[in-house]
Amino acid sequence: MLQDRYSLAFKLYPYARRADQDATEVVRHPVVVIGGGPIGLATALDLGRQGKPVVVLDDHEGVGQGSRAICFAKRTLEIAQRYGCGQPMVDKGVVWNLGKVFFDDRKIYDFNLLPEDGHRNPAFINLQQPYFEKFIHDQIVAEVAQGAPIDIRGKNRVEAITSQDDHVVLDILTPEGPYQIEADWVVACDGASSPTRAMLGLDFEGRVFEDSFLIADIKMKNNEFPTERWFWFEPYFKAGASTLLHKQPDDVWRVDFQIGWDVDRKEELKEENIRKRLDALLGNDAEYEMVWSSIYTFQCRRMKEFRHGRVIFAGDAAHQVSPFGARGANSGMQDVDNLGWKLGLVLDGNAPEALIDSYHEERAFGADENILNSTRSTDFITPKSKTSHMFRNAVLELAEHVEFPRSIVNSGRLSLPCTYDGLSLNGADKLEGGPNRTRVGSPCPDAPVADGFLLDKLGGGFTLLTIDADAPNELDVDGVAVSRLALNGTDKHLAERYLGAAKSAVYLIRPDQHVAARWSTYDQTALEAALKTACAKG
Amino acid sequence: MSDLNLKPNLAAPDAFYEELIATHEGLQDDESAALNARLILILANHIGDSDVLSAAMKLAKDPASVSS
Repeated sequence: MLQDRYSLAFKLYPYARRADQDATEVVRHPVVVIGGGPIGLATALDLGRQGKPVVVLDDHEGVGQGSRAICFAKRTLEIAQRYGCGQPMVDKGVVWNLGKVFFDDRKIYDFNLLPEDGHRNPAFINLQQPYFEKFIHDQIVAEVAQGAPIDIRGKNRVEAITSQDDHVVLDILTPEGPYQIEADWVVACDGASSPTRAMLGLDFEGRVFEDSFLIADIKMKNNEFPTERWFWFEPYFKAGASTLLHKQPDDVWRVDFQIGWDVDRKEELKEENIRKRLDALLGNDAEYEMVWSSIYTFQCRRMKEFRHGRVIFAGDAAHQVSPFGARGANSGMQDVDNLGWKLGLVLDGNAPEALIDSYHEERAFGADENILNSTRSTDFITPKSKTSHMFRNAVLELAEHVEFPRSIVNSGRLSLPCTYDGLSLNGADKLEGGPNRTRVGSPCPDAPVADGFLLDKLGGGFTLLTIDADAPNELDVDGVAVSRLALNGTDKHLAERYLGAAKSAVYLIRPDQHVAARWSTYDQTALEAALKTACAKG
Repeated sequence: MSDLNLKPNLAAPDAFYEELIATHEGLQDDESAALNARLILILANHIGDSDVLSAAMKLAKDPASVSS
């Protein structure tokens, strides 16, 4: 039986019968993505834009309701921009820079994020997850119209998965009965409780945090709140051990109440009880309508290996973090960014399977960084011992009066992309005086260029960025193409971010916009070596 | 980066100690503990150097780990 587990915000891919269901022989596909959430859709978009046929299987017919992930960081927007769907997200999203921190009955300080200038995208936006998914899907529809081979199959639930040496067999249930397909590669993007992971009997270990959060999305009727993030530690109104308020598009406000571990979920989710908490926060005269509510608990954990033969795990299926710092969907998008080009090269036979192993190496490294950061935030927000609680409150008390403790106050550290320091795809870092932030392994920071922004010029392949340096315009090394982007260092942002104290620079940049190697001048032999290393051919 | 100074460094050790104890006078244990927490944070920020702070924490936890 195919029963919906949730109701839809947007019905996007209704069930339709496919030829595979009537085939006499089981059809083999190069890539099958399990799960049509943000990570699965983005994976399909990445591969489809490369012209790689991809089938997406989802047990529903569109995007589920509920704002869920609402904070999308700059790196995510940059990735979406590369896929052609970033602008609608930025246009729809809410940008905020001001925040206030409260302790007990008083504001202890406020802050301005003062985002660095010279970037196309804001530091992050607030946007309900259904919109995020819809914009990715809109782009898929546009790409399919242009011939991209993406096939999303709604109401196709994977019932069994059998791993073979060089392919995977999938048993699928549809409203019209079961069928089978095979895949050279499977990318499992089926969320924190990944059925794929369970069917393969794989581990998912980590730390459970004994706390629950009640989320309420509300639409204000008579109360104008500014576009700011408000965070309360131990609020006097006792609506939760901590409370977070911030704005989403459509005049919807997200309120997160930390309500403890031992709660009666059904009781807490009754509208009258949610309203009690909200009234305590907003005052009795506030008029609002409830849009959505949910209770969640969280864990910090990851799979030991993200690749199991021909099955690759991405997003929450591979790793899960606490919500503080918005490192869930944002890190999943970095998984996609990392995996897409690697899978493309391997499918073309231009790179060995070892390149797929580097996906695990790099993204598990990223997951560990995210787990570390979100665990630190969680331990600050919900101290686990009397002493820890005392230190936390000492920080907050001091923060009201002096500046230094404000850097210790941790209500979530903004998700930043990870730098793959010391990992195996990294090539030479030989730019003397080069900036630390663009060292080998770093994601390229954006910068204004003559007719737009730098990241928009870094296409789907390898780029050789030259700043006041000569190099060939096009190169092909064993089937891997490299295109040159020639700039000069007159713009101060570009010079600061890519030259530092150097007079000229040559950067080899991967398709996911991470720095693979850098030098002060071009050298053919050095470039070929770095490119081989970046494709795991070394 | 510098090393944790384990040589005498207080100009007036008796006066410092007297002031430290006097600061806690009249406080309940919880209040004293909270005061100590604030004091540690203030001093840690003043020191800044993470190697010095790590060495200080290790020494505080296990005084026998260093003998001079």
